[in-house]
Amino acid sequence: MTLSHFIDRRKNPKGKSLGNRQRFLKRARAQIKDAVNKSLRDRSMKEIDKGEKISIPSKSTAEPRFRLDPQKGSREIVHPGNKEFGKGDRIKKPPKGAGKGKGKDASDSGDGEDNFQFTLTQDEFLDIFFEDLELPNLVKRSLKEIKSTAFKRAGVTVSGSPTNMNLIRTMRNAHGRRLALHRPSTREMNDLKERLFQLERIAQPGAEQIAEIKDIIAKLEDMEARRRWAPFIDPLDVRYNAFEPTPVETTAAVMFCLMDVSGSMGEREKDLAKRFYMLLYLFLKRRYEKVDVVFIRHTHHAEEVDEETFFYSRQSGGTVVSTALDKMLEVQKRYRASDWNIYVAQASDGFTQSGDAKRCVEILNEAVMPISQYYAYIEILDERELEVFSDADSGAELWRAYRTFAPAWPNFAQTRIATPSDIFPVFRELFAKDKRRAA
Amino acid sequence: MTPVAADPELVFSDSDWNFETLDRTLAAISDIALNDLKLDIYPNQIEIISSEQMLDAYSSHGMPLMYNHWSFGKHFARDQTLYQKGYQGLAYEIVINSNPCIAYLMEENSMTMQALVMAHASFGHNHFFKNNYLFRQWTDADGILPYLDFAKKYITKCEDEYGFEEVEAILDAAHALMDQGVFRYNRPPRLSEADRMAKLAARAKHEEMTFNDLWRTLPNIDEDDEEKEERQAEVRNIKLPEENILYFIEKASPVLRPWQRELVRIVRNVSQYFYPQKQTKVMNEGCATFVHHYIMNELYDRGQIGEGAIMEFLHSHSSVVFQPEFDDPRYSGINPYALGFAMMEDIKRICEDPKDEDREWFPEIAGTGAWRDVLKNAWANYRDESFILQYLSPKLMRSLHMFAIADNAKETHVEVSAIHDEAGYRRVRDRLAAMYDIGVHEPNIQVTGANLDGDRILHLRHDVQNGRLLTDKTKDAVLTHIETLWGHEVNLEEAPA
Repeated sequence: MTLSHFIDRRKNPKGKSLGNRQRFLKRARAQIKDAVNKSLRDRSMKEIDKGEKISIPSKSTAEPRFRLDPQKGSREIVHPGNKEFGKGDRIKKPPKGAGKGKGKDASDSGDGEDNFQFTLTQDEFLDIFFEDLELPNLVKRSLKEIKSTAFKRAGVTVSGSPTNMNLIRTMRNAHGRRLALHRPSTREMNDLKERLFQLERIAQPGAEQIAEIKDIIAKLEDMEARRRWAPFIDPLDVRYNAFEPTPVETTAAVMFCLMDVSGSMGEREKDLAKRFYMLLYLFLKRRYEKVDVVFIRHTHHAEEVDEETFFYSRQSGGTVVSTALDKMLEVQKRYRASDWNIYVAQASDGFTQSGDAKRCVEILNEAVMPISQYYAYIEILDERELEVFSDADSGAELWRAYRTFAPAWPNFAQTRIATPSDIFPVFRELFAKDKRRAA
Repeated sequence: MTPVAADPELVFSDSDWNFETLDRTLAAISDIALNDLKLDIYPNQIEIISSEQMLDAYSSHGMPLMYNHWSFGKHFARDQTLYQKGYQGLAYEIVINSNPCIAYLMEENSMTMQALVMAHASFGHNHFFKNNYLFRQWTDADGILPYLDFAKKYITKCEDEYGFEEVEAILDAAHALMDQGVFRYNRPPRLSEADRMAKLAARAKHEEMTFNDLWRTLPNIDEDDEEKEERQAEVRNIKLPEENILYFIEKASPVLRPWQRELVRIVRNVSQYFYPQKQTKVMNEGCATFVHHYIMNELYDRGQIGEGAIMEFLHSHSSVVFQPEFDDPRYSGINPYALGFAMMEDIKRICEDPKDEDREWFPEIAGTGAWRDVLKNAWANYRDESFILQYLSPKLMRSLHMFAIADNAKETHVEVSAIHDEAGYRRVRDRLAAMYDIGVHEPNIQVTGANLDGDRILHLRHDVQNGRLLTDKTKDAVLTHIETLWGHEVNLEEAPA
């Protein structure tokens, strides 16, 4: 029939409300941020890549309308389902706040007191979560503040250094000028000279020949003069390749994960470390276009391994932390500090061969810290230990050694964790925006 | 797959739908709707959409096009959460009062549901939209989609030109006054969007012909003298008190710029467009439910749908018209589907099989058998309030056990003022009708004056009925919004009418 027809819209683009959603999120930004921060406390790490249901006070996004106050005046309402009432029956009102079951209309329009609940997508959640966290030295080499520059061709100029001379352009200009100014060519001159020599070789030239010689000499002089004011190459012809220094964003980061895998590091410790690395990775991934991760594990010697091995295979041996730092510097040669933002995250239970801590500090001071954007050291303890070491100044050898040199480097952070729930607060503390100012 | 030997008469035998069965079913449905019920409809445009698209449609009043505003994003966020957590299902359909009449069917629906939805939306609602006097008078089915298209583009342009915040401030304020942005009683001076659209189209055409990129300055910042003169003439024509506050502000506000007036006008027009729907919930849903119920049963009687389909239909139908009683935890007022459907079935009964009581109450229709004509007349000429006042029968009040409760805020007790008995029928019917009178349950606020040459204070008056004042929770917030639009002090007085 012609009166009706079907249209299949299922293939139409979805997300028509995306624009409205962004407007809404922007509008409720402050409240949403509060809600996100609150929800972080009870959030387990695994949930970081999930959306989050949050609830904000509906007041912030209320759409007020004039409404009649249900608490004032009189009205008459018809209900269905009468069982025992007769006309004139009086029924005591339920006490205030007991819910009359008539609140539907008010909350529907969003001006009720209750909260407004909705779900944030993972992206939205993370964006808000990261908003006030920034890696400390991003200030120094952040995306906005561009450090490295590259020279880019920018056409030709009339001045420059001889090494940049553009031969083709120069010669073309010269050629054109020579043609325009009728510069006598060398061959033309040589032909005339040849003829002159022939004439001069004649022992007794006739009057006609003498006249020709004179004529040639005059011509040659004229040509010489011409060639002098129309040189083969004039400074006017010379062109140079121009280069302009163009800032290049450093959009790549490399993250070194150093971990002690000796016997003293059990599954629990590794698991904690892994969560910390994951979060750091997630953070870097959002900041940089490209993030490389290098895994270096160490016992008494260090090696670069893949992720699987890093987290799951065991090794026995002593513990020499400085080997990992040496290894890191060796691998770092693949990542030039001018092109890569270097982040180092080290996890350990804090034990190292006696005397090694001093060497670690040396390496850090001299080689690692100057090229690193950020160096995070986390010491994984068990909960009992954490209580014992509640004072930041006491601790294992490595901890104490780091404590002494840390103040010199604002981009160095060290902290202790014992349970998964410690990680988030620690993470925030480590990367808090004003950390540098506070330090 | 072994095909089940299907009855060749059946228009579908599978719960999965495809376009072939949809076509067959639609043909069977429209045969009943047009030749038996003799419905009068706009052409149908039935669109199959996914659940995400349904959610999208939800957030913007169900319109296929809507301008951008954060509140739609908020509604979307809420609906999405409720839907994804399983607290709330999606409607099976959305239907739009436009010509052609656009109905959305969700792809998740079973074939039976698609049949139900087509009968409900594309014939029931469609007939109501086309014939009910409120819709005919106050909305323009031909013009709404082009108008919304214009509105969306215009607002986007304004956002580009003046920034999100500027536009948002005006829209927020105008939205707060949406309920006070309609003409309830007298026709607006220029309601028909067709004229306006024609004017706009002519202007657009003229611009196209004289297009010059350098002159592309729309939306313009200042109005020229001619426009100003025209607007002030309109202001002078407004007779106070004026019930349409948005209209008054749009014309008379001393501070709004032309593009801001246009935004206010857009909000006002959208509000006006939805105004008839607010007044005909019971009738509109009742009509659609009655139609789908009749058609589905007729399909079954004609052998065009099977046992399974009719059982599935009855299951969803009965949940649609379920009316919990007042002491049920699920109770949240009267279900318009239930009331409308029950009343219309009741009218059919009165026409076909009246009792003495019905003959006494409804002498004109009882026993005539012409229920089709009676219903069509009702659908065309009534709104909820008048429909209930006219057609709610004692029998229905009894079977729903209706009773009226008088509630005075000052007293500690409520009083049962009438029940479903001989003495109470009229009072119950009266009170129920009043509940659907927008004039009673929405505040009646009017512009009483504004001295445009003097202090420029905008005076509003709330005609208080039965001592029902405005709630303080929102009053001040809305007044602040009005001040944004008016630019000067706003004074609201609440006094008994």
